[in-house]
Amino acid sequence: MKDFFELKRNLKKDFSHLRSIKVALLGDTATQFLSVALRGAGFDGGFDLQIWEADFDQIELQVFDPSAELYTFAPDVIILFESAHKLVSKYSKLKPEAYSSFADDQLSKIDKLVTRISEQLTAKIIFYNFAEINDSVFGNYANKIESSFLFQLRKLNYNLMVYATGNPGLHICDLSTVQNRVGKGVFFQSSVYVNTEMVLSIEVLPAVAAQTIDIVGALYGRFKKCLVLDLDNTLWGGVIGDDGIENIQLGSLGIGKAFTELQYWIKKLKNRGIILAVCSKNTESVAKEPFGKHPDMVLHLDDIAVFIANWENKVDNIRQVQSILNIGFDSMVFLDDNPFERNIVRENIPELTIPELPEDPAEYLEYLYALNLFETVSFSNEDKERTKLYQLEAQRADVQRSFTNEDDFLKSLNMVSLVESFNKFNTPRVAQLSQRSNQFNLRTVRYTEPDIEALSRSGDVYTFSFTLEDKFGDNGLICVVILKKENKETLFVDTWLMSCRVLKRGMEHFVLNTIASFAAEKGFSWLHGEYIATPKNAMVKDHYKNLGFEQKKDGYVLNINTYATRPNHINKK
Amino acid sequence: MERIELLKSINDVFIDVLDNEDIQLTEKTSATDVEDWDSLNHIQLIVAIEKKFKIRFKSDEIRSWQNVGEMMDSIETKL
Repeated sequence: MKDFFELKRNLKKDFSHLRSIKVALLGDTATQFLSVALRGAGFDGGFDLQIWEADFDQIELQVFDPSAELYTFAPDVIILFESAHKLVSKYSKLKPEAYSSFADDQLSKIDKLVTRISEQLTAKIIFYNFAEINDSVFGNYANKIESSFLFQLRKLNYNLMVYATGNPGLHICDLSTVQNRVGKGVFFQSSVYVNTEMVLSIEVLPAVAAQTIDIVGALYGRFKKCLVLDLDNTLWGGVIGDDGIENIQLGSLGIGKAFTELQYWIKKLKNRGIILAVCSKNTESVAKEPFGKHPDMVLHLDDIAVFIANWENKVDNIRQVQSILNIGFDSMVFLDDNPFERNIVRENIPELTIPELPEDPAEYLEYLYALNLFETVSFSNEDKERTKLYQLEAQRADVQRSFTNEDDFLKSLNMVSLVESFNKFNTPRVAQLSQRSNQFNLRTVRYTEPDIEALSRSGDVYTFSFTLEDKFGDNGLICVVILKKENKETLFVDTWLMSCRVLKRGMEHFVLNTIASFAAEKGFSWLHGEYIATPKNAMVKDHYKNLGFEQKKDGYVLNINTYATRPNHINKK
Repeated sequence: MERIELLKSINDVFIDVLDNEDIQLTEKTSATDVEDWDSLNHIQLIVAIEKKFKIRFKSDEIRSWQNVGEMMDSIETKL
């Protein structure tokens, strides 16, 4: 990780090609260095953070004054940094009878801040939780005394988590984890604090900035979806082809513990919705053997969405994984113990994230914890099922090969789609799809859960969500369309996005039929579509043209009155 | 470490932290003589010097120096 001075040097670089985000930074201690570190780390993360810093200790003043600079600035993201140090001061000034309700009182203050901000801005809020301080008034006994500071601080951190579960627009940045990782002696430097009112040491600033930028990145659609795994000396110790199944190190044997624990971690990622793929230089049958037969294997073949083991080069194999899963390289992580393989892959696919695993496998897990590779800002039930979905896709691909005629194949799938407007059940998934879809996304307008809820309430906006189910299984909600009334004759297609795993199924035609007949029912004559190019959505460059829209100056239009239903093999559920 | 070597090491830190190759410190140099040597950069210089020499200054030392020479005196007591 870069140090503070290196981050600071970033500030002189050229930000002009980076995505610009307006960030308001409000703290109850001085934040000048944090601001520098954030902007510097933002640069490395691909963002031009336009940071407006509130004056020192002005959180309440800014938030509760509707004419404050905060609201004039209109940030996209607000960072609220209330420090544990100030928390101690607040607590210390209380009368003893108020100690026990301290955490609750603080949370209600935080709630007022968050509520007031949300009333006036759609900005996402990042709130730093509290790094632990034990004031040692009760010693260890503080754990048994509800009124102790330590008890109240931990309760407040817990309260914050509970509070955040009900607030999709609020994200907790886990400063406490950062302090745990680096230690309090590194996290806090008293001389810096005394002389500048800054509670973060210069040394820890890069870690705090990185943790924050991870959240910002996830908010703006940057997160990892897939973990590609090497096998020998990555998932187990030893070389399966040479050592044989009884001699590879796993479980309690030798360094086996390190690999087993790594596998448990990977399994949790899979359960969370990260797709697992294997890419190994091995004979396939040999590579697969431990998965079925070794008693200490935690990962099984049905955890792996794509399994590639051969003697080809890894670059081509990873490209193949990418094309099967149809996701961007920048959303993939590749774990391999061999620096040589890592370098070849890195040179050829620079977008891929490739951790520099430590030489000693015993250090793998702690190293990976610290990287925080799998930040996210949403989690839905569908995430848990993702591996199954991709395995089904692989099966479909197999069946498709047995049909020479694509039409016959599609007919054989018995596809049905449930069409609904946005509601409270599908909102999380709609928001997630809006954050995640990069390729099949006509305008790439990102909506979060609160945005979606607001949309559902506003008039002159019509929302559609589509699921797709076939004989192999349910793909879940895979397509979203938002129409806005442009004038009394025209509906504007504000959003049309689709998950790439249902490409080439005729879904576009089914969707267009649905919205065209909706528009006709409502008495509109025109659909107006627009394509906004991004580095990733070239796939839909000709989307409207292919669907019979006519190109005009400001986009594409379709005459509803002369529209002929487009053939497809999907039925309404 | 010779006084002159120490000055050179500190000079390197200043060049690095303030990102200015032109800095040439003498023992008499004070904050007003160096562009950008303000209170915020002062803290960054202190932290960088602490790291370089693996020492820690006391909070009041940080505010007491009138010039680079006095800072060097403080460092020498800790080496």
